[in-house]
Amino acid sequence: MARKVVITGLGATTPIGGDVPTLWKNALKGVSGTHTLTDEWVEKYALPVHFAAKASTPATDVLSRVEAKRMDPSTQFAVVAAREAWKDSGIEEVDHDRLAVAFATGIGGVWTLLDAWDTLREKGPRRVLPMTVPMLMPNGPAAAVSLDLGARAGAHTPVSACASGTEALHIALELIRSGKADVVMAGGAEAAIHPMPMASFAAMQALSKRNDSPETASRPYDISRDGFVMGEGAGALVLEAEEHALARGARIYGELAGTAVTADAYHITAPDPQGLGATRALKGALYDARALPEDVVHVNAHATSTPVGDKPEYTALKAALGDHLENVCVSATKSQMGHLLGASGAVESVLTALAVYHRLAPVTINLENQDPEIPLDVVTGTPRELPEGEIMALNNSFGFGGHNAVVAIRSTGPKVEMA
Amino acid sequence: MASNEEILAGLAEIVNEETGLAPEAVELDKSFTDDLDIDSISMMTIVVNAEEKFDVKIPDEEVKNLKTVGDAVSFIEGAQGK
Repeated sequence: MARKVVITGLGATTPIGGDVPTLWKNALKGVSGTHTLTDEWVEKYALPVHFAAKASTPATDVLSRVEAKRMDPSTQFAVVAAREAWKDSGIEEVDHDRLAVAFATGIGGVWTLLDAWDTLREKGPRRVLPMTVPMLMPNGPAAAVSLDLGARAGAHTPVSACASGTEALHIALELIRSGKADVVMAGGAEAAIHPMPMASFAAMQALSKRNDSPETASRPYDISRDGFVMGEGAGALVLEAEEHALARGARIYGELAGTAVTADAYHITAPDPQGLGATRALKGALYDARALPEDVVHVNAHATSTPVGDKPEYTALKAALGDHLENVCVSATKSQMGHLLGASGAVESVLTALAVYHRLAPVTINLENQDPEIPLDVVTGTPRELPEGEIMALNNSFGFGGHNAVVAIRSTGPKVEMA
Repeated sequence: MASNEEILAGLAEIVNEETGLAPEAVELDKSFTDDLDIDSISMMTIVVNAEEKFDVKIPDEEVKNLKTVGDAVSFIEGAQGK
């Protein structure tokens, strides 16, 4: 019998809350973290998209100036979220040789990389900061979190675009199940609201162009959806072997019961229209959790609000859950906070854990005319109560490159009222 | 040309920016490594920032000789205007 893995700590910094309590309160209320950008570079480079969902609390407000100086913004977010999750777990003593990190990013240190390139061209090599490479490397967030916690059982960095954060949970589960670690700090971080990625995503026609109404731009499942909204931030989860958590009397949000990662091998950016890879990931996560479709009550969907992306996810859910899908309520939380790319899966897993813990599914905003080809039971308006007893919720993440990652979180209850 | 006092004050500002150390802690007889706990990477950043601030060149092979804040002030003073 494989070791059970439970979630005992949560942390996040997002466009709708700089910590988990604020994020959760807003996710239940339904707010938009998307706003018009006031950065000079929007006009300077005549970017076609003028808005994004920036972190509501800049990491530099939380970290000391000297700490922040040696970290790319993506790493700053990672450290902020991981510290909150660690504190939330209540772990006071741990065998550091049995503590690991699995912290993802989709893009990595793009600010550091491009700032250094500007410096090199304008001022020459002497002015390029010595810390440039360790700041831009994609394993920067994982390494910084490992250093911060003294985690010595390995610091891993899954990089699978927008599936990265969810893939981090997959790796964490394997680390604990296989006995390589007892506790893992898992998560994802992204800080790519920079003119270059913005220009690239816009050139790909992936971003919404609702410049006149940014707050309504992220509208998953709506018939008039026209692209995703760039977001930034980080999510972090403390995962622990169940016996380790029970021995210290930890508060348990839920069990990370199963995970699966698949690849489409179909197209570098377009999702497989039949959602075959996503279907295999969904079925794989259920199998891994030793669960049936009927156990699932809630899905935090990937649902980025792109015209081509939202439908194949529905197709995959239908294929994996069958007629039971009618009984599953779906939340598309990117409607509120935009798309946090490599951090999205981690933040959405935080929300999924809270959903099963408090038995409440967060709301989807901006859904005015639901696409008739996506007949999902979408949670809008007010949060949806989830049933009593043993329940399971899924979080889906899919990334450019054909990456599919699904996690299944189980709660045996009882419902825990919010403080 | 900056005076000794101005160079010391400017260096203290650069050190503060890089490490968070109070500018008053940056005194002439303090060793960068032993007293101020500045590692080699921070030292290189400080050197480059000092080059820009005081418009001097501090060759890499010279940096290892700059053991104390006073060494750096003297070097910068001598290098000015060259």
